[in-house]
Amino acid sequence: MNTTVTLPHSPTLAPKRSRLTRQGIVMTVYLIFLMLPIYWLLNMSLKTNEEILSTFSLWPQNFTLANYKTIFTDPSWYGGYINSITYVVMNTVISITVALPAAYAFSRYRFLGDTHLFFWLLTNRMAPPAVFALPFFQLYSSVGLFDTHIGVALAHCLFNVPLAVWILEGFMSSVPKEIDETAYIDGYSFGRFFTRIFMPLIASGIGVTAFFCFMFSWVELLLARTLTSVAAKPIAATMTRTVSASGMDWGVLAAAGILTIIPGALVIWFVRNYIAKGFALGRV
Amino acid sequence: MNKTWNNKAWWMVLPVVLLVAFSAVIPLMTVVNYSVQDTFGNNQFFWAGLQWFEEIVNSERFHDALARQFLFSGLILFIEIPLGIFIAMNMPTKGLAISVCLVLMSLPLLIPWNVVGTIWQIFGRVDIGLLGATAAKLGIDYNYTRDIGDAWFTVVIMDVWHWTSLVALLCYAGLQSIPQAYYQAARIDGASQWAIFRYIQLPKMRGVLLIAVLLRFMDSFMIYTEPFVVTGGGPGNATTFLSIDLVKMAIGQFDLGPAAAFSLVYFLIILLLSWVFYTVMTNLDKQGQ
Repeated sequence: MNTTVTLPHSPTLAPKRSRLTRQGIVMTVYLIFLMLPIYWLLNMSLKTNEEILSTFSLWPQNFTLANYKTIFTDPSWYGGYINSITYVVMNTVISITVALPAAYAFSRYRFLGDTHLFFWLLTNRMAPPAVFALPFFQLYSSVGLFDTHIGVALAHCLFNVPLAVWILEGFMSSVPKEIDETAYIDGYSFGRFFTRIFMPLIASGIGVTAFFCFMFSWVELLLARTLTSVAAKPIAATMTRTVSASGMDWGVLAAAGILTIIPGALVIWFVRNYIAKGFALGRV
Repeated sequence: MNKTWNNKAWWMVLPVVLLVAFSAVIPLMTVVNYSVQDTFGNNQFFWAGLQWFEEIVNSERFHDALARQFLFSGLILFIEIPLGIFIAMNMPTKGLAISVCLVLMSLPLLIPWNVVGTIWQIFGRVDIGLLGATAAKLGIDYNYTRDIGDAWFTVVIMDVWHWTSLVALLCYAGLQSIPQAYYQAARIDGASQWAIFRYIQLPKMRGVLLIAVLLRFMDSFMIYTEPFVVTGGGPGNATTFLSIDLVKMAIGQFDLGPAAAFSLVYFLIILLLSWVFYTVMTNLDKQGQ
């Protein structure tokens, strides 16, 4: 079931061919609009600074990988990537671990204050990070979490945990409750039922949740930058270094930008079949 | 689903509550604490009551930033929601094309926000950017660092570029859930394209559209990084949205009291709006059952 309105042998709808061409044109134009700025960044990353500033060309005239070499040989550059990936993975693991039982509780039980609690969790997803930047800085400095990976990971839980609960609850609610009851009658303990039966049933939901946690932690910068100085500095913050005495180092900036796109692209490729449902937060 | 009443479920929710309490409640209390005090440095604080709140609520600076914020979020919703629906309805229907479109469309969503800003900062530059240079060659006077209209254009088109795919993917998911039988019934009735859209597709997309509106409204309401990188809030204060103004006040000028009051008013506005959205959404869920 993958058609939307294109039906075979449909006399009343517009002829199939013209629909297909219109679809093709719309999608092509849209995808070109999406890809052009990214292509321009890629184009710049393969040029030397002299070429960027002196000649205007749609593709590199003197193809060079020197900008990428700069990044891969300088520890303060590639260290940024390692820092980013470290706290993103930590955050994803923490978020899903605490969200799984909570989402199960919300999807299966009614309890004192449940709707209020759920709404309160959601409000944290809505809270502007700018509101939290300064207090986070003070709180985390005082408990020794400043400039650590786990500190950034915990700060990102602010918006990722509510989101994880929200998505997982959607997926769990679509699993019939009879499955739980049958398992208990068969003598499964809660722990065994949850890990052996329930989690495999919502595996795609867990995958989607992990994708979202990864995504929002990876793209966030305001908190990550405020809470780090050297040891856990994210790559996106390292990029501001390219402003030097001799002006902007455009080539390296562009290369660093391209390299931040790659992890996201890889993750998307793995979850591509679940993306659409995942973006609907399991509520389709 | 019939849920059983069980207060022991609190034990399962407890880890989340503790974690969020640590990362949300304690910092928020710090903000509340600052908002009612004044300081002359040296960590000496004095009770200031509601003075900061009165100052912020009556200040022109806050009103302007709020107005800009509403204008921005309004524009974003006005462009991205219809465009997203339109794109979703034109998604390819079979084969490899679906995967390719899905992957390419999701790509902007996973780019770190300051890199999004950098991409458009470069793209729009008159000397080295494709957009800026093309505009210059065509004789259009385009400069986002000097002209207010151009700055707004750049910030809005950047957000459309960045987030329309999210709306499109949500709507696509909604469209996928419509059974073929509905279309067949419509065909037998001789329904027009518009009627199919209005009476079948739109109602079926209602739930996902609400999520889309909610997410887009909230995220555009707290936008910070992208416009900050591109325009730095300028020219003048033309693109200084609430978050940018707040960070300027809190970290730039270190006016803790007013900044804390600002934060709370800002947060309350968002809270009120999310409560409205949430109520509408849960009511829709109930109707759907």
